[in-house]
Amino acid sequence: MTRFPGATGLVLNEPLLWEKGKQGRSGMSIPPRDVDRSPFPEELLGTPPEFPDLSEVDVVRHYTRLSQWNFGVDTGMYPLGSCTMKYNPKINEKLAGLPGFSKAHPLLPHHLCQGALALMFELERLLAEVTGMHAVSLQPAAGAQGELAGMLIIHAYHKSRNSQRSKIIVPDTAHGTNPASAAICGYRPVKVKSNEQGVLTPESIAALMDEETAGIMVTNPNTLGLFEEHISEIGRIVHEKGGLVYCDGANMNALMGIVDMGKTGVDVLHLNLHKTFSGPHGGGGPGSGPVCVRKDLERFLPVPRVVEQEGQYVLSEQFPETIGKVHAFYGSFGVLVRAYSYILSMGPELKRASQLAVLNANYIKERLRGAFHLAYDRPCMHECVFSDKLQRAHKVTTLDMVKRLMDYGFHPPTIYFPLVVEGAIMIEPTETESKENIDLFIEAMKAVAEEAVQNPELLRSAPTRCKVRRLDETSAARSPCLTG
Amino acid sequence: MRYLPHTEEDVTTMLQATGVESLDDLFATAPDSCRRERGLNLPEPLGEFELCERVGSLAGRMGVSPEYTVYLGAGSYEHFIPASVSYLLGRSEFSTSYTPYQPEMSQGTLQAIYEYQTLVARLLGMDVANASVYDGASALAEALSMAVRITKRDKVAVSNLIHPAYRRVVQTYFETTGHEVAQLPYLSNGRTDLSELDRLEGLAALAVQSPNFLGCIEDVQAAADVARRKQALLVVTFSEPLAYGLLKSPGSQGADIACGEGQSLGLPQSFGGPGLGMFAGKMEHVRNLPGRLVGQTTDKDGNRGFVLTLATREQHIRREKATSNICTNNSLCAVAAAMYMASLGATGLREVAALNRDKAEYLKRRLIETGAEIPFEAPTFNEFVVKFGDDFSATYERLLNKGIVPGLHLASHYPELTGHYLLCVTEVRTKAQMDTLVKEISS
Repeated sequence: MTRFPGATGLVLNEPLLWEKGKQGRSGMSIPPRDVDRSPFPEELLGTPPEFPDLSEVDVVRHYTRLSQWNFGVDTGMYPLGSCTMKYNPKINEKLAGLPGFSKAHPLLPHHLCQGALALMFELERLLAEVTGMHAVSLQPAAGAQGELAGMLIIHAYHKSRNSQRSKIIVPDTAHGTNPASAAICGYRPVKVKSNEQGVLTPESIAALMDEETAGIMVTNPNTLGLFEEHISEIGRIVHEKGGLVYCDGANMNALMGIVDMGKTGVDVLHLNLHKTFSGPHGGGGPGSGPVCVRKDLERFLPVPRVVEQEGQYVLSEQFPETIGKVHAFYGSFGVLVRAYSYILSMGPELKRASQLAVLNANYIKERLRGAFHLAYDRPCMHECVFSDKLQRAHKVTTLDMVKRLMDYGFHPPTIYFPLVVEGAIMIEPTETESKENIDLFIEAMKAVAEEAVQNPELLRSAPTRCKVRRLDETSAARSPCLTG
Repeated sequence: MRYLPHTEEDVTTMLQATGVESLDDLFATAPDSCRRERGLNLPEPLGEFELCERVGSLAGRMGVSPEYTVYLGAGSYEHFIPASVSYLLGRSEFSTSYTPYQPEMSQGTLQAIYEYQTLVARLLGMDVANASVYDGASALAEALSMAVRITKRDKVAVSNLIHPAYRRVVQTYFETTGHEVAQLPYLSNGRTDLSELDRLEGLAALAVQSPNFLGCIEDVQAAADVARRKQALLVVTFSEPLAYGLLKSPGSQGADIACGEGQSLGLPQSFGGPGLGMFAGKMEHVRNLPGRLVGQTTDKDGNRGFVLTLATREQHIRREKATSNICTNNSLCAVAAAMYMASLGATGLREVAALNRDKAEYLKRRLIETGAEIPFEAPTFNEFVVKFGDDFSATYERLLNKGIVPGLHLASHYPELTGHYLLCVTEVRTKAQMDTLVKEISS
């Protein structure tokens, strides 16, 4: 990779780890040996793995260089729809790293971990207040695991009523994790279409809902960025047939302080703390996906649960109807500290965060109207969805346009999702982007739309200003090279 | 509020551009029946200073080093983390990005994960590793589901010496699937009793943990032989991957899937999470792997680059037919593990592993000298069981008061092991600390 001396410093090339180093180097200071060597049974002894030996400087330069090829929220606007790439406050990192938390063993006797248990107990109450739900488990490690826990709770609920149900209604706009999570529980997803306004109608649900159907999985606001305005009526229909309403709360950032999820008829809801509650996304995780339920479903929540007993917090397993455990310990505790700190920093201003997130999305929607085709021309919530319909005449696709957007220094929106919009461009600015940044983004998007007409080849050959040009994904999949 | 950049003027201008009168009017599509009846009943916002006091006081109510000397392991291990790893992990280009859906702008994460996959495959002796799952427990559940998919059989045999929490998570994942989980008992030497397997037919997988929950190193080769005989896949799981700095790798002994918890590789214990679900398999099963995979490719100019690949296994493409529902994984933890493995190198890894083993052996010897019984004779790595007897609970309390947490009582997980304690010693325990423990126990 290094084509000439100095290339790593100048043109930002960096070899793979094992293309560097020299045997006998070490990048780590190992605590002193103060005991004798013990014989180790020969038949159990393996050969050391082929790890490169690197110095500390080698390692530091390697990862510093790699980090420079990445784009994060701290680098610039990252309007990735349905992912809520809001600013990740630095104080939260500091607090999650406090030695009392970061060095805590999860099996400490309870009187030695009161601080962590108190934080979890309080965070559950805070999330219950924000959502309007009754009880919360912080255990699921990410949104999809929260969905799974939620589906298992629905399964346990039906089982407790001696009812065996085989199907679940999933809208065509749902995240892929929804049908995948339902399938693990043995439910067959039954697809329901949204109407020409992009929302579900009570009639379409009534036509599908029967006593073989465990319930419905809705995302609200849905992935078109629209509020499911018939949600209460849909809930009534589902409940009448004995089903439950599951809500994917990935888009909760639109609704804090405004909508009461309990009042909308939702029985089970999951949250993504790394989205709505400001946890950093870590290049793909770790996340945290608490599951929230209405009162009579509390008995099914994962164990152990933090309970208060005689002025102390303890972890209790005394919930015989629980779905069990979904995590080896209590979930992504480090992410919980960040969410707790965020909620305490914001307080009631969480409502303003949602208002501004929705304002930013609607502003973008209005300002880009005309430059791009608006899939559903209605007031949106925290994200808006365009498509490449207007650009197809110039043989330019959504992919071409967002690759070009990178050359303008913006991370692309989510693309080709939701599936109901051909060539979808799903923009979620979040509330932490200022008007100036958003105006720059709008300007860049308009420039791309203009280039699509004037110079489409520019888009097809984009990006030109990133570390690499467009990558060959087809051959990557055809002959996979997954290790070096 | 410092995270909200809008001035009143901005809000007014933007509302005008959208043709809406007020912020409240933006929510006209949410019917009144769905609205909150009252405002958020949350405490008033705290500034950074007050927040530090508040959260700091919670963090102060925890039993951690240096005030406490903790001999707990059991799936969470106190290891030394080099300053360089923590520092590099703080690079917010890594931490504030998301899943590398746009590879041209995410080569940092992609190359780091490709390197992680490679190092994990080498450590475990497997062909291929994924970009991570959540933790050791979900990794095992995913591995057993994968074995069911591959073999099209629905029964799995799971050693009783696999971490109890991992087994419970498997039970949760399998609760609604109808797959059967047979539990294998253990022998008096602290290893899994594989003899029961001959009576089980139609097995998709045999799962063992090594080192197991009692700290004992399993005879993985013997497990592989039985698995072959039964035409089942061998799943080797672990909670302490540093052991493979000394031990033969799962792959070299015939594992079809190797998976477990990677917290030991440079991650803080953080009260149990986030950890790192490590997951590795054979190339012939690659299309059945759960989770993300990064692959090497070239760009338009023929330069090396990396992309997410084989996505047709995954939920965003395959939906209900996906190999797993996982989307967000533990990517940043995987990058931390790669940084840690890169810092150690092959030489350092062996040295740290040997130090863990030798220190644990030291304590074991000293305890035997004082008359404590080591009930299981199979070799161990950095954890082992001591039978202190039923009257040890008073000593346990006394030690807690002196700032020592002398291991985990096993009775709640294995009722037959009342009076048995699981102790863990890593490279951070000093001889002096262990001498103190021995002195306190025998006094």
